[in-house]
Amino acid sequence: MTRSGTGSGTRSDTHSGSPLRLTEREQQMLDGRDGEAVALCMRLVTGVARASGAPRLLEVASAHVDGCLYHGRAGLDFAERLVETGGRVSVRTTLNVGSLDLLHPWLVRDQEIAASGRRLMQAYVELGCEPTWSCAPYQSGHRPALGSHVAWAESNAIAFVNSVLGARTDRYGDFLDIAAAVTGRAPDAGLHRDEARRAVLVLDLSGVSRALLEEDVAWPLVGAVLGARAGTRVAALTGLPGDLADGGRTEDRLKALGATAASSGGVALFHVVGVTPEAPTLEAVAAPGAPTLSVGTADLRAARDELSTASGDRLDAVSLGTPHFSLTELAALADLLRGGAPFADGVDVWVSTSRRVLDEARALGYVDPLLAAGGRVLTDTCTYVTPVLRPGTGVVMTNSGKWAWYAPGNLGVDTVLGSLAECVASARAGRVVRDERLWG
Amino acid sequence: MNASGAELTGESLHPGTARGPLLVLTEPVSFWGGVNADGVVVDRHHPQRGTSVAGRVVVMRDGRGSSSASAVLAEQIRSGHAPAALLVGERDAVLLLGALVAAELYGVRMPVVWLDGFALDRLCSDDEVEVRAGDPPGPATVRPCVAAR
Repeated sequence: MTRSGTGSGTRSDTHSGSPLRLTEREQQMLDGRDGEAVALCMRLVTGVARASGAPRLLEVASAHVDGCLYHGRAGLDFAERLVETGGRVSVRTTLNVGSLDLLHPWLVRDQEIAASGRRLMQAYVELGCEPTWSCAPYQSGHRPALGSHVAWAESNAIAFVNSVLGARTDRYGDFLDIAAAVTGRAPDAGLHRDEARRAVLVLDLSGVSRALLEEDVAWPLVGAVLGARAGTRVAALTGLPGDLADGGRTEDRLKALGATAASSGGVALFHVVGVTPEAPTLEAVAAPGAPTLSVGTADLRAARDELSTASGDRLDAVSLGTPHFSLTELAALADLLRGGAPFADGVDVWVSTSRRVLDEARALGYVDPLLAAGGRVLTDTCTYVTPVLRPGTGVVMTNSGKWAWYAPGNLGVDTVLGSLAECVASARAGRVVRDERLWG
Repeated sequence: MNASGAELTGESLHPGTARGPLLVLTEPVSFWGGVNADGVVVDRHHPQRGTSVAGRVVVMRDGRGSSSASAVLAEQIRSGHAPAALLVGERDAVLLLGALVAAELYGVRMPVVWLDGFALDRLCSDDEVEVRAGDPPGPATVRPCVAAR
């Protein structure tokens, strides 16, 4: 995959020139009237607001916090400082994955991460956040309204809430997410503003095989190409099928697309013309003079090969559910598994999802076929942020472009990107099985 | 640095002073997943894989990737494996937050400076520079250290 285009954007990096103005209430928060935790959070929010040239702060309707994943002592020191100084969220706040599965803690192999990760998760709950422990809070009932301002972290969640739900968040990271949740404020900058949400690049996918686009594997690959072409810029995609009212299928596809685009590039917002809410037509969403690039089946195939670092047919594990599997994805997996052969000995099959989706899926009978085949479910965390895989695992197959992008660096494993059906067939065979018919 | 070694002026996003050799990232990298706790680039897709950012004045034209990069950077600053300074072409909040929090918790100030494309084009890896950034949104300077050459 090439990374063209990230340096020549029409993205606006110019400072607005107007100094940040706070309301009287905001100034009181900064001055410590609401306590030291609020003041510290306000220093972070205003620090970022000044750097980004925001003229004012916005009130946010909700937050999604990624800071509960353990990355070392600094994150824990920060959360515990907020707890000690009386911090409390002021808007609805969901939590991203943590570093361990609280329901199945024995699955995490590193005890230091487990102990510190548990303390960190506990601190965020003490701040008043909901223990959703999911990178896909939009599958657990947290779905902000079209046009509302929110402060969300975690790159796939940011891309989804902006693009698919049409709520507005900038690319928040650890610390600013909880700072916005505590203060209820975020800088009026970046993707909160109309002008920044317009597409400065158009990707025309009408040349991609229609049959391939009916396969789940096509969508992370579209995301990989989008990330490579767009970098951090906002793009509009034309020539893609979809209907967000189809019961979850299109939503799952766009989730996979956005998660991969946010990994291979820095995509925080994309528009699918005729499908996503801000793009009824190309004219409605594209900035004047936005160039158009054509993307074909060969580009998707090249992306698949780049995201597949393994050669040969060795297979040690299969990782599904990154971002967390939805109910519709668990249903599709159950359909593939019912009445079929169990997974081969020596191939560990992991499915990551949220507690809430797992409960719903269990009630609907979607989980039993997975367990009967020898697969395992991981909640609260995910297989590329946490030492879950068996030592010595060399080759892992996944249907997630994000997993395939990060796992070689994070976990030192080789990857094979495939469709859900290819992952199941491979897990049963005990070796990588490809369905080359998909690729013409 | 350019042939004449002129001082470059940008905008301070986070205050501090630092000195070190430049490392111009030829492609964006995410500090989460792309750089390990010791500051080494581990992103398998990155042409500078294996290079350390620790103690370098790191030049990033674009931000990329996970929003967890803030915590990774804050931890690198705490443990002494962070860049000496960041020179950025985009007003990205993710890395700035890492610098802000490290200053709040540990009193360590790693300067973050925004430069325009013209200035960024003048920076070459390994040249020794001194970075001085005042309180934002004030000016910041990047000055070549002639004695080091």
